[in-house]
Amino acid sequence: MLAYIGRRALLAVFTVWAISVLVLRHHPVAAGDYVTSYIAQMASSGSVVTEQEAQNLRIQYGLGQPIYVQYYKWVRLIAEGNFGMSMEWKRPVTEVIGRPPVADGGGLCSPRCSSPGCWPCPSASIPPSGSIRVGDYTATFVGFIGLAVPNFLLALVLLYLGFTLFNANIGGLFSVELQDAPWSAAKVWDLCKHLPIPALILGLAGTAQQIRIMRANLLDELRKPYVVTARSKSLSELRVILKYPVRLALNPFASTIGYTLPYIVSGSIIVSLVLGLPTVGPLLLRALIAQDMFLAGTIVLLLGVMTVIGTLISDILLVWVDPRIRLEDS
Amino acid sequence: MAEPDVALDPASAPAHGPGAVAPAEDRRIYVASQWRLTWWRFRRHRVAVASGIVVIGFYLVVLGADFLAYADPNASEAQRSLMPPQPVHWFEGWRFRPHVYAVKGVRDLQTFRRVYRADPAQKIPIRFFAEGFEYRFLGVIPATRHLIGVDGGRDAAQTIFLLGTDLQGRDLWSRLMFGTRISLTIGLVGVTMSLVLGVVLGGLSGFYGGIADTVIQRIIEILRSIPTIPLWMGLAAALPRTWSIMQVYFAITIIISLLAWTELARVVRGRFLTLREEDFVVSARLVGCTQMRTIFVHMVPSFMSHIIAATTLAPARHDHQRDRPQLSRVSACARPRSAGGSCCSRPRTSRRWPSPRG
Repeated sequence: MLAYIGRRALLAVFTVWAISVLVLRHHPVAAGDYVTSYIAQMASSGSVVTEQEAQNLRIQYGLGQPIYVQYYKWVRLIAEGNFGMSMEWKRPVTEVIGRPPVADGGGLCSPRCSSPGCWPCPSASIPPSGSIRVGDYTATFVGFIGLAVPNFLLALVLLYLGFTLFNANIGGLFSVELQDAPWSAAKVWDLCKHLPIPALILGLAGTAQQIRIMRANLLDELRKPYVVTARSKSLSELRVILKYPVRLALNPFASTIGYTLPYIVSGSIIVSLVLGLPTVGPLLLRALIAQDMFLAGTIVLLLGVMTVIGTLISDILLVWVDPRIRLEDS
Repeated sequence: MAEPDVALDPASAPAHGPGAVAPAEDRRIYVASQWRLTWWRFRRHRVAVASGIVVIGFYLVVLGADFLAYADPNASEAQRSLMPPQPVHWFEGWRFRPHVYAVKGVRDLQTFRRVYRADPAQKIPIRFFAEGFEYRFLGVIPATRHLIGVDGGRDAAQTIFLLGTDLQGRDLWSRLMFGTRISLTIGLVGVTMSLVLGVVLGGLSGFYGGIADTVIQRIIEILRSIPTIPLWMGLAAALPRTWSIMQVYFAITIIISLLAWTELARVVRGRFLTLREEDFVVSARLVGCTQMRTIFVHMVPSFMSHIIAATTLAPARHDHQRDRPQLSRVSACARPRSAGGSCCSRPRTSRRWPSPRG
């Protein structure tokens, strides 16, 4: 297994390289560069950027150079641990990404946001095995509401209800007065109060599908002879189900669970915008609109690295859940 | 679906017949085909049957969209923008005579908003099988009849708007009918594509392992790490402006399904890694089944339940996704109407009456 992980780590370098090339190829799609969009932005607010100024800006950011030179410089910077300057924010990229979302708990909160979506499902899908149909139907019903209502709409409705019924602004992660305050018990409590709504919204979206998938897989397993054997040995019902069928039915989840890792950071962009959550998603959107290529490129690269790590975690989990799987052989 | 249901096993067949099991009944179950067993099981699930009828209804709308619509979905009229729905009154006195009240639009002098007032004195009767715009029924038969309609022409005071109108004064009910047609057909194409890609590529990856697995998994990683927002923005910019809305919409669907297969492929691969160690797969190989036969005849059916669970919900998810290129407000120029495109056509403005489509 260690050899396998080592080999995968080598491959990961290659994959990240491929992603980084892709990142650079992304940008020419929307014709122009940061300077073009800067000029347009300036023009819309009434000021004019002279040709000379535009030229200076281009030289400063090295935008006039051929694409491979830009790529080489970018990679060299990254190798030194410097992700470049964000053109729009006029600050180092590491600072822009690091300060508001991740360090302030925005990035850290989203795993809690997305995981509730995964976790009701195993518990919710146990009922079909017993004869408790009510639990089955209730879980499916709630899940389907989450699936059928676009989650940004759900966010808006909850914001509205929270405001009218409880007179509370539930957007964002902190109350206004604690936004820039240093960490304290009061701030942590404030964060805890703001978490349930985004967690509920982001979690609900995936729940229906998770329930259906878990249910389908579990129903398949429950008919197998080994379950009958386990029962005939008079194991407790809970143990009969949890020990083997659930473990095998977790296989599809193990395959894709790694993708929650990039999701943790970028989250659902639209919900983040509606609820004012400081995840990286809205930041990326702004960076792309402003064609701030160092910032956007770094974020995309970060997501790429997370995807690669997530896939590796998934594969290890897969073997752990079902030891019959052999990944190494060919 | 993969194996006969417990409830239909001979052992538990008494659920079917009262008292003792009739031998005929018994034999019927033994010889029934897989599809027949599925059908019997399906029929016993009342919610499933009800949902099935709803789905059939939706697809009938797809076939007869232009018959059910009573107004040209693209006919716009500034004089009747953002009209509220006109409620239908079924009876006049004691006689069945469906009608709506005529609506008068006036400008509110305080707010300068256009407001509409119903005029109970002026009743507009609803005619069934009324004359309307020309279309071809099922794409072939030229027709002008629609399910309902009114006698008046395009006069704003003489028309019905069951669901009101949008900003440009287009009838929402008619647009909903046509939007349903696009959403339900193109969505199906997209889901089918990602299903095929997911099962085939995931299956190959899991079955062969080694190099094939490595290559396919790395492709998946790269596809997964492209964040969707720049992709949508790129798409909105890259698709030619000369394309019709239908073409743009179709292209978006294809591209989404070209990216959406990755999740299914990962899962299929995971299951195949388990399955290829199972006894029945080993014996299938030993008796000399070709690899394709082993994969598609023996392995795929054994996790059909998962594929069904994963794909039946996919169209709904796809439909939400497809609206996001529009939501990022980059492609404001050409917004296709899809039934999901819906509530999010304008994220920032609040409207009195939410328009079902953009």
